[in-house]
Amino acid sequence: MRQISIHARAGQGAITIASLLGTAAFLEGKQALAFPHFGAARMGAPMDSFVRISEQEIRIRSQIYEPNYILVVDDTLLRGYNFFQNMIPGGASFINLSEQGYLPEAEGISVYCIPADDIAENLFGKRMGNTALLGAFSAGTGEVSLDSLQKAIDKKFDGKIADVNKKAIEEGYNYFKKKYT
Amino acid sequence: MFVNITCKPGTTRNIETGSWRMGLKPKFLHKNCKACGLCAFICPEGVIEGKEKNTFYCYYNYCKGCGICAEECPGQDIIMVEEGEKV
Amino acid sequence: MKDFLEGSHAVAHAVKICKPGVISAYPITPQTHIVENLAEFVASGELKTEFINVESEHSAASVVLGSLAMGVRSYTASSSQGLLLMEEVLYNIAGLRLPLVITCANRAVSAPLSIWNDQQDSEALRDAGVIQLYVENIQEAVDLHLFAFRLAEDPRVLLPVMVCMDGFVLTHAYEAVDIPEESEVDSFLPPLELREKLDTENPLSMGIVSDARFYMETRYAIQETMKEAIVIMPELKKDFIQITGRNLNVFFESYKLEEAQKVIICRGSVSGTVKEVVDEMRDEGHKVGALKLISYRPFPTEELYRALKNIPLIGVLDRAISLGSSGPMYTEFKALFQGKEGTPKISGFIGGLGQRDITKKHVREMFEKLDGEEITCEFINLNVEYLMGARKYT
Repeated sequence: MRQISIHARAGQGAITIASLLGTAAFLEGKQALAFPHFGAARMGAPMDSFVRISEQEIRIRSQIYEPNYILVVDDTLLRGYNFFQNMIPGGASFINLSEQGYLPEAEGISVYCIPADDIAENLFGKRMGNTALLGAFSAGTGEVSLDSLQKAIDKKFDGKIADVNKKAIEEGYNYFKKKYT
Repeated sequence: MFVNITCKPGTTRNIETGSWRMGLKPKFLHKNCKACGLCAFICPEGVIEGKEKNTFYCYYNYCKGCGICAEECPGQDIIMVEEGEKV
Repeated sequence: MKDFLEGSHAVAHAVKICKPGVISAYPITPQTHIVENLAEFVASGELKTEFINVESEHSAASVVLGSLAMGVRSYTASSSQGLLLMEEVLYNIAGLRLPLVITCANRAVSAPLSIWNDQQDSEALRDAGVIQLYVENIQEAVDLHLFAFRLAEDPRVLLPVMVCMDGFVLTHAYEAVDIPEESEVDSFLPPLELREKLDTENPLSMGIVSDARFYMETRYAIQETMKEAIVIMPELKKDFIQITGRNLNVFFESYKLEEAQKVIICRGSVSGTVKEVVDEMRDEGHKVGALKLISYRPFPTEELYRALKNIPLIGVLDRAISLGSSGPMYTEFKALFQGKEGTPKISGFIGGLGQRDITKKHVREMFEKLDGEEITCEFINLNVEYLMGARKYT
């Protein structure tokens, strides 16, 4: 079983990408569980969402404390807490961050910075980099394919919103491939 | 298992609530009645009847003696009297 | 059809295919998504239902009481304070023998304010004459909602059924779930036919006064019906399995009880985590098992006794507390063995209040504690640093 935790602020689409990731895994015939954990129930408050992906039935319902992968949708959250410290060695983290910015110490894991907000802003004028970050996750881990993520988008959204987000996922994916492989 | 907890409307006729009166009952004086019908209209139990002037009466088997008719009668033609008094 | 859905969305689908004539609810976290989804179905014309907006949970419950009295299938949902506001009406719905189906998205009760999950709210409705079924996952939530309508409306039962699903942990989680076809539901769930209902053509008084000569018999009848439900539920379950082809537990689920020396009894979503630990400990050679309680009311006493009678060490994990006593499930299971031969040692744990996480580590600790002295009421994963001791007024 692979465990993914997503750290964001309420309103940045952490639940959306958790459900997209779960849906993509589901479409590939895997078992998946995606669930949120809220802090204060208001926009901007730090919150987490979690995804488990497995080939076997997933029964465990507790939160994820030792993730294989993490996605950080808002890099300012890194100032308060070192999300890397409990990660499984060999894991990978994907941070929504342009070149300059603070990164905590990370040992034994890979840290990838993806300018996901910039990608989103160029595409649709909003700094909503959640889906672009998901594209980079797909490129960096291979847990779900780009194609499954696109299909998951089509299941959840229609029209222009679906189009721009599919593009964002693709650009996130390509950015990772170009920069890190 | 079930208990019958519903009933057909009108079945309260079987219960003669006149015994609930606590000492006073209405007396229809039949002197100043204008047949406005207010007493019959407002009686909470619906036990006052009558049509013409000075013909209104109530069913003492059911009247609970609340006294609303006596209080509201515009002609003061209904008064509350002791239970024993002849009406 | 299998799909990857949010728990609330899946439940809304399940309710939709049962085609209630009236839905009335008032929003409260974490129940809101369920009725939001239903409202969308109604607005888009997918579901032909009277969706009645109200100004409080008390009104929502009163509306469905009225529609059920007219003989119309009805549905509502709530959580926490909202459910407690409904409580007065829910007692009436049970007393009037009206077959409401209600979802409780389980949430802690204030104060202090907590929107997060535990099972205190539905526990407060324990004695209301409402049948209570607790679910572990989203599939079970869907299946038990269909079952709930059939059970509630069975002419031998006619009692409200509450399906309790853990708030957030299930209502806001996404999981693969198989939603039955409408045709399957149609053959499982016949239209609601009440023998006695409000009808202007054939008038009837409902909700009459019942003095000391009559009241006790109404309570006795509900109590007897609860016992009868223990016989009826397996019958209806057979129908469900035949029609959907999916297994369904309605009383409880036994997990690796064979030759088990230690068993944890739990309820709701935490059961998955407990089963996971049972598997791990079995692999290490420990004889452990789990029992997930589904039907809390009626409490299937005989069936539980038969399942547990050979287990020497039992732990009961309550996600609610009867303050001043102990875990409510714990006392039920203690009573279950009272006076029976070879009574097991039963320990009671309180955990997961206000959604304090229960991890595999905590479950393992509970199993280990069963070896020691019998515990009545121990809080697990308590953060003692927050405790101030007796408050001093000077």
